[in-house]
Amino acid sequence: MNFIIDYYNYWVVVFLMMAGFYTVIAANNLVKKIVGLNIFQTSVFILYISMGKVAGGSAPIVADGITVYSNPLPHVLILTAIVVGVATTAVGLALVVRIKHAYGTVEENEFKHKDDLI
Amino acid sequence: MILEMISNIFLILGAFFALTGAVGLFKFPDFFTRIHAASVTDSIATILLFSGLILRTEFDLVAVKLVFVLVFLLLTSPTASHALAKSARHGLLATSAETLSKTNKDNN
Amino acid sequence: MTELIDLVLLAMLAITAVGVIFLKDLFAVVMLFGIYSFLSALIFVNLDAVDVAFTEAAVGAGISTVLMLSTLALTGRQEKVSDHKTFMPLLIVVATGAALIYGTLDMPPFGNPDNPVHQHVALRYIQDSPQEIGLPNMVTSVLASYRGFDTLGETAVVFAAAIGVLSLLGMPKRERAAIESGLESHLVLQVVAKIIIPLIILFALYVQFHGDYGPGGGFQAGVIAAAAIILYALVFGLPVATQVLQPDLLKTLAALGVLIYAGTGVASFFLGGNFLDYNVLASNPVAGQHVGIILIELGVGITVFAAMLSIFYAFASKAERKNIQ
Repeated sequence: MNFIIDYYNYWVVVFLMMAGFYTVIAANNLVKKIVGLNIFQTSVFILYISMGKVAGGSAPIVADGITVYSNPLPHVLILTAIVVGVATTAVGLALVVRIKHAYGTVEENEFKHKDDLI
Repeated sequence: MILEMISNIFLILGAFFALTGAVGLFKFPDFFTRIHAASVTDSIATILLFSGLILRTEFDLVAVKLVFVLVFLLLTSPTASHALAKSARHGLLATSAETLSKTNKDNN
Repeated sequence: MTELIDLVLLAMLAITAVGVIFLKDLFAVVMLFGIYSFLSALIFVNLDAVDVAFTEAAVGAGISTVLMLSTLALTGRQEKVSDHKTFMPLLIVVATGAALIYGTLDMPPFGNPDNPVHQHVALRYIQDSPQEIGLPNMVTSVLASYRGFDTLGETAVVFAAAIGVLSLLGMPKRERAAIESGLESHLVLQVVAKIIIPLIILFALYVQFHGDYGPGGGFQAGVIAAAAIILYALVFGLPVATQVLQPDLLKTLAALGVLIYAGTGVASFFLGGNFLDYNVLASNPVAGQHVGIILIELGVGITVFAAMLSIFYAFASKAERKNIQ
């Protein structure tokens, strides 16, 4: 039972990562691929933040009467990662709009063989 | 002690109304009735849950912040439901009563 | 009790992810992604990461969802049925998942205070940052001062993304409000938006300057302010919004934010310290740290606000030109 509580977070994160990964490689529509990529990214964030949690600690803001704090270092890394993630998503979605403009479709099996257009 | 009892009752009632809103979202037959069920969560469940939480604080800055959040939620969630319903009506989405009467007219 | 909340929230997250795989209506997929973001923000609060939860809720459930919806307006709402064989991807995914789970069995147990990650550097930050920097929010002091280089790089990445999207999609010109767009018949929405937008901007300023004492900081503030103007553009129409905040002004603001950040670093050069060493910016080191952190958070907030809003303008003007209203 203790074993499950120790590792439950990590197993669910691996499941979410694989769900996002499957969406990226198996989906036909480009927008759905980008949604899958974002799911993958967010699950990795949950992995890092779970590693930073200290049982019985509180948020890393100094306050009177609190001695145990959760680790602030993973929080900083993930803050940067979230913002970089949304920047990448924005550029990816702009590329999808241009693909639609150039090929007329965003379904992968319809434009995979159309490379002579450009 | 009394305050904690009242807060517990409010929290449980708020959770119950949120649950009924969610059940209504599944059971009702039509888009407009489903919005009506979901708006139960927007209004009464929000008020009950927040009142229960406010009674648990010591009425300091945290209570003021909770009041702000409550006012903001009461302002925006019903507006969102209204915007959804109005857009659906503009898009000529039929209620289930109208669909039923149309199929009856087609059959007769 | 926190374990129970953790368990339930993670299970809901898994169900949402499975829903994303199987749905064909892309509008529903994007909405499920918004729900996924909100649920992960809740999980972050439960795991004591309040700053991260704030950013995830604002960025993931706000900006990302809006951008995906504007892309859907341009590319179409239904996913067509594909003739992909799904056996190969499923095999790859199951194999990778099995390997990863085998790897997690070696990880230290969840929440244990003796984990290797809590020793060494993190211990020093927790113990020394109240004296060296003097701010209650340790995440802000690590982000802005101890790891200031990374944050400079991050601001540059946001700026570069705005440049990338603008070169791909083009920017709307500031035009007379000739096209009557905006939601004319939604009177309730217009009135409520007029009440709420000033309060959102005020809240963004609060988050910007209060990031030293509680959760908050430049990124969250920039995203919240951009969300206020995006709401204005959605309700009252893009031409009116481009008259309020001209696109050229946004380009200038985006560059100005990065300039403020890098300029603080160069100013430390001229005052005798290293690059981005805030100790030399004022008479005593702790006051210097406060000055430096406020300046760079201002730079970050300005750049993130201008970049997110420019990206939205670029997507929305494409949709306007296609006349999808």
